[in-house]
Amino acid sequence: MEQEQPLSNYETIEDVQRAMFAQSYIANRSLATAVFLALKRRKPLLLEGEPGVGKTEVAKVLAAMLDTKLIRLQCYEGIDISTAVYEWNYTRQMLHIRLMEAGGINRQEELKEIFGPEFLMKRPLLQAIDAANAKSPVLLIDELDRSDEEFEAYLLELLSDFQITIPEIGTVKAKEPPVVIITSNRTREIHDALRRRCLYYWIDFPTLEKEYSIVLARMPGVPEKLAKQVCAFVRELRSVDLYKAPGVAETLDWISSLLALNQLELVEGPVRDTLGALLKYQDDVLKVGGNDMYKMLQKARGVS
Amino acid sequence: MSEMLQENGHYFATHPLSEIELERGERLLYRLTEFGHILWESGIDVGPRKILDLSETLNYIDITNKEDFYHTLKSSLLAHHEQETIFDQLFLYFWYMRDSQDKKADNPKGAAKRDERQMRLPPSERKRLAEHMNANEQQRKDLRAEMRQSERPRRANEQIDKEDDEDDANPQGTAYSAIEMLRRKDFESFTWEEVQEAKKLMAEMRWHLGMRPTHRKAPSRKGSYPDMRRIVRRNLKYGAEILELTWRETKMKPRPVVIICDISGSMSLYSRLLLHFIHTISNGLMNVEAFVFGTRLTRITRQLKKRDVDDAVRDVSKSVQDWSGGTRIGDALHYFNHHWARRVLGRGAVVLVISDGWDRGEASVLQVEMDRLQHSCHRLIWLNPLLGSPDYRPLTIGMKTALPYIDNFLPAHNLDSLIDLGKLLQSIDDSRPMRSAAAQRKAIDGWTKTSAI
Repeated sequence: MEQEQPLSNYETIEDVQRAMFAQSYIANRSLATAVFLALKRRKPLLLEGEPGVGKTEVAKVLAAMLDTKLIRLQCYEGIDISTAVYEWNYTRQMLHIRLMEAGGINRQEELKEIFGPEFLMKRPLLQAIDAANAKSPVLLIDELDRSDEEFEAYLLELLSDFQITIPEIGTVKAKEPPVVIITSNRTREIHDALRRRCLYYWIDFPTLEKEYSIVLARMPGVPEKLAKQVCAFVRELRSVDLYKAPGVAETLDWISSLLALNQLELVEGPVRDTLGALLKYQDDVLKVGGNDMYKMLQKARGVS
Repeated sequence: MSEMLQENGHYFATHPLSEIELERGERLLYRLTEFGHILWESGIDVGPRKILDLSETLNYIDITNKEDFYHTLKSSLLAHHEQETIFDQLFLYFWYMRDSQDKKADNPKGAAKRDERQMRLPPSERKRLAEHMNANEQQRKDLRAEMRQSERPRRANEQIDKEDDEDDANPQGTAYSAIEMLRRKDFESFTWEEVQEAKKLMAEMRWHLGMRPTHRKAPSRKGSYPDMRRIVRRNLKYGAEILELTWRETKMKPRPVVIICDISGSMSLYSRLLLHFIHTISNGLMNVEAFVFGTRLTRITRQLKKRDVDDAVRDVSKSVQDWSGGTRIGDALHYFNHHWARRVLGRGAVVLVISDGWDRGEASVLQVEMDRLQHSCHRLIWLNPLLGSPDYRPLTIGMKTALPYIDNFLPAHNLDSLIDLGKLLQSIDDSRPMRSAAAQRKAIDGWTKTSAI
């Protein structure tokens, strides 16, 4: 890749880690390394992990760190060029044709005008590589696994050259490639060809200490005792064989629920009532709800 | 032969082993299956249907009488004189020696691993068995084919008496009727050549998996959605009037198929052929996922894509440690649901479970996991080779537990039933299968009754 003026002034991994911390994102050194490399080498970063471990958050934090735009493309089944890249504004085109007919302009001129940039509706991918961007944005391609293989194949092309060809206009190329973050929940395997073009990082559930610092960073007002107990309890939960283990997002959610109930530490009754913030399947609630929960609570309380 | 009997008679008299198999019910059935598997491994043709027959037969004799037990097993399981010696050896070993060795397990010398103990046959026989086990697959197949070749004429004659196998009765049929015959014959009684023939037949069949509408749209001559991009282009020449319309239509794609195969013991033969079948219908497409289980679940999708199915299945059976250790369907499905379901069951997948339903695990686990599995796929089809037998009833605990969560319950014991399966796969459309409690009850009634006649 050609040398361009650095978008970031993050020269070391520690810098990145510190900057992310400043945005209240607690990153491992390994994650910070991956982000650092993605910035330096301008390679897309493919993030995988259980839901709720902060994959999407990385992109948001990056945009804030770099003080640039975040362009988000939420993938879904059936996403195609007209919703992801560009679409012509047909209504305006039709109106314009009528106007021109009244004015009597010849066909050649007409064609050029009708398919001009002013009739183009830019969708996220085109926005991300638009040469008009003053600063290259962060492009978040969220939950890529939801899209179809066809779209993935299209992305391949985009991610290797950062250029899009519109037949009527020509090739649009980014002055500077955007920072690309791709996330996947693995409901479908991402194709090897795409993986090869990306840096890969698997975000795991945080350790007890890390989760505690995340909670403190995210919810500054939380009582320390409650935070500690909650983290310990959630960690216990993750060791149980659950269909869907709670992520960090659920932990934060649960704390807000407990705070809303004015709890200062974990007590069995309220815990049982708010378990729905952590566990999203009835089977899991039943599994945990019995004797196990009491033991887990005792253990969690013992920590503080 | 008579010597052998006398010897055995003597053995019975001098070793009144009291605890031998006063077991009944599930436990006995399990032991019988295990025994059947050992026989199968040694080249004696014993499939699940035979074992099931046998367990029925055993109701008529006093199984505490060792001699009766021995003779019943022998007459039910054995079809060839040549195999008597090895049968006798295996019988003694399995029902007597192995157990008495287990008892000695307390003393340090007997604390050898279970696997080693299993191999402790009389020296001559041990050598033979070891040779047999070590022989590579090709040799073994050749051996088996050879054995059968020599016995085939006699066998055909014998089968005239069997009323349920009327197709096999005509050894001098035309080529067409030979294929017909093959199509209806139970895989269990296939010879090596017939297996090859069946594979060839499968390869010639052409299937289409059921299609599902995707959310993508493609240009088409007729369709439900206007294709604006092309409309504007086409109609430029007419000025502002729109005279030509172009359309887009929803794109169709074959449904993903997930196949979960029981390869424990006697199921292995069926599963092997079914994997072949699946390999054929998928035509190497991307959307077939395959898993096998004995007590643990292994994904074999990649092997299935890269190589010959035979190789893949052999590889898997090598890596699965507990071949005759019984089946834990519930645990296997639990693992599948937790680790794979979210990754492979998207987009309206059709799940095929292939098993005889003899579950060694807990019924409650199986129930929960079947429920979850059914709710995370578009269609859940259970294939049970035993269902091909007219007097089979799905009454084992495992099968009974699973039945309420099955959308289709099909036999898979011969080529004809596979063809039916192919047709079913082809016909699967967008409509949701009936899963209300009433519909379930009705379906279960149907499955239990038709086979009860």
